[in-house]
Amino acid sequence: MKIFATYNIKGGVGKTSTAVNLGFLAASQGYRVLLWDLDPQGAASFLFRIKPRVKGGGKALIQGRRPVDAAIKGTDFDNLDLLPADFTYRNLDLLLDEAKRPARRLASLLAPLESDYDLVILDCPPSISLLSESVLHAADLLLVPLIPTTLSVRTLDQLTDFVGGFNGHRPDVFAFFSMVDRRKRLHTQIAHDLPQERGDFATAAIPALSVIEQMSVRRAPVTAFAPRSQATQQYAALWQEARDRAGLAAPAS
Amino acid sequence: MRNGSTEFVLDGEPGARPNVAQAVTDGTGAAFSLSDDGPARRLRRTWLDTFDWRLYRAGLALEQVAGRDTTELVLTGRDGERLAVEPVIAANGSRQAVTWPAQLGALPAGPLRELLEPVVGVRALLPVARAVSRVRRQRVLNSDAKTVARLSVDEMSVSYPAQAETAPRLSVVAIRGYQAQANRLSARLAAAHGIRPGATSPLEDALAAAGTQPAGRTRAIHLTAGMPAATALAAILTSLLDTVEANVRGTIRDIDTEFLHDLRVGVRRTRSALKLAGAALPDGMAARYRPGFKWLGDLTTPTRDLDVYLLGFGEMTAGLVGATHAELEPFGQYLHRARASAHRDLVRGLRSARFSHLANEWRHDLAGARRGRKRPTVGELAAQQMAVAQRRALRAGQRITAGSPSTDLHELRKKCKELRYLVEMFGSLHDPAQRWQAIRELKALQDCLGEFQDAEVQRDEIRAFADRMLAERSATAATLLAMGEIAAGLAVRQRTARQEFDGRFADFASPPSQARLSALARAARQ
Repeated sequence: MKIFATYNIKGGVGKTSTAVNLGFLAASQGYRVLLWDLDPQGAASFLFRIKPRVKGGGKALIQGRRPVDAAIKGTDFDNLDLLPADFTYRNLDLLLDEAKRPARRLASLLAPLESDYDLVILDCPPSISLLSESVLHAADLLLVPLIPTTLSVRTLDQLTDFVGGFNGHRPDVFAFFSMVDRRKRLHTQIAHDLPQERGDFATAAIPALSVIEQMSVRRAPVTAFAPRSQATQQYAALWQEARDRAGLAAPAS
Repeated sequence: MRNGSTEFVLDGEPGARPNVAQAVTDGTGAAFSLSDDGPARRLRRTWLDTFDWRLYRAGLALEQVAGRDTTELVLTGRDGERLAVEPVIAANGSRQAVTWPAQLGALPAGPLRELLEPVVGVRALLPVARAVSRVRRQRVLNSDAKTVARLSVDEMSVSYPAQAETAPRLSVVAIRGYQAQANRLSARLAAAHGIRPGATSPLEDALAAAGTQPAGRTRAIHLTAGMPAATALAAILTSLLDTVEANVRGTIRDIDTEFLHDLRVGVRRTRSALKLAGAALPDGMAARYRPGFKWLGDLTTPTRDLDVYLLGFGEMTAGLVGATHAELEPFGQYLHRARASAHRDLVRGLRSARFSHLANEWRHDLAGARRGRKRPTVGELAAQQMAVAQRRALRAGQRITAGSPSTDLHELRKKCKELRYLVEMFGSLHDPAQRWQAIRELKALQDCLGEFQDAEVQRDEIRAFADRMLAERSATAATLLAMGEIAAGLAVRQRTARQEFDGRFADFASPPSQARLSALARAARQ
């Protein structure tokens, strides 16, 4: 089982869209996928029409009083399950602070699911906190969506330095450009140049397209309702790069 | 991913079947709606099992499901849960469908084969039913338009073992985390007119529609002590003839080695019954048929002996210390050639007029024998013969000393076999627990004697094989030396069995064990 996380300190950069679409693409290839919507706003849960509610809230999960397994819901798509958001997730930092070895807590909560899933995707809220630290410790691959600006590249470097200071397990930081506006020269130039200069950038870039925004209206991944769209092609390319980079083996059948 | 599934059957003739959509959307409480889930699928289904239904008896069902693009093997458990699903790929890696019947070795190594191996053993898998299913799937949506369950209606046309249509099956599969809503939906469906819970598996439905049932075997014979011995014996022997005949086709087609084994068991038991109790049959019938069944037994022996060799070949080669597997390979090839030749002779015999004449006449005469004389009763016959057989086995064993030749142990083995056959043949006259205990004790001794004799026979045979291979120039010195190592291993096995014999026989001859056998013989009269 591999763990991917979509993470950025900033909000509105395409973390949830990436988590949902990569989850769908992986599941449609036969991987058994669990997406954990860690954002108390519950955007991923909304997109899959699943109520953002977990019995006992985040507290029961973090304290281990309720197994993660029992809170999982099936989506409308084969092989793709969701661990829904809950409004109490806004307090996950406090709950983790009370737990033993808080930075390792998410990894240990997911360990019992090892044989049930090939891939877990953590969709993180925008913050830098004890929760994000726990996510970084659990993840094998950290997918970082960036809007192509000079400032966002600086943020990536800060994140890479932070992860580099970890003892033991460190996620592989893998950035990609998101919400690329082809009409802006700076966007196209940065999106073109940086992946060639640096090894931690995907060549696939997700364009800013209205079809992606329609996900919240259609309440489904764009890769499911618009399989021939340019957005789907780019998500598919990103998925392929992420899968290869993480060394995810082919699904069992 | 775990999903609960609830099964229903839709009653009524085509055109007058219950309206599932109405049953789903009607009713108070949770509001459900339906949405089509892709076009209807046509699936070609073949259920596989061994000839003696080992999978079914173990609560398993193995199904080959061929859709438009894929063919899969699906193993399900007693509650319909999927235990393994694998694409059909032959052991050589090609995507060509496996041709059934086939041994497990025809499947690639993997979880499915691992689950099947302990149950299927040396038997082949063969089609036990075939059908074409038309499956229409729908999603059940809640008020948020979220899928909470999947419905499928399966209309199945059976083509084997007979042409038949089954009543459509309706399945409700809960989406994970929505079991409560799926339960409410199932309750609504169960309350609808013409929809009833389905208690049987698709395989059972297919077979029932075709007018048969799984594990269809000859009915057990129930004896009562006062029944005329001739009537009882005729019933037992007819049942044994059924077994022999049921295994002829599989033996001729060489589907697996167990067909011949079971055929031989039928023949051997028939011969023992004729020898031990044949006097109860009218008009010298036993004496008339004994040569015929001896011929049949002898006909089957060469192939079976070679089967035993080949089945144990892997184990034999695994135990090699000095020689290599490659050096023994020519011996393996020789055994295969010899087995093919012996099997050809066997097939000729089983297709001969002599065999069909023997079987037909025997069945005819057994039917007449049922109306024979009233005495002795089967209780009297069983009690007398069991007491004699018990005494003979005990005496034969007591005569064996450290210096006895191996023929004395072979003789004892025969006596034990006769006693065991009698206990089993007249089984329904005894208390099952007592019978089981007696057979268990007898079997422990028989296994030891069997090991002793088999090792000796195989050692003698390997010498004969070596002579023939030398004469045919099909063996190198290295191969002969490797065969010598196997012969040495067999000698060790025989010596070990001989060392165990004294203890095993002492158990058999112990007063409690003998008292149990005597009590069985006495009880047969009552």
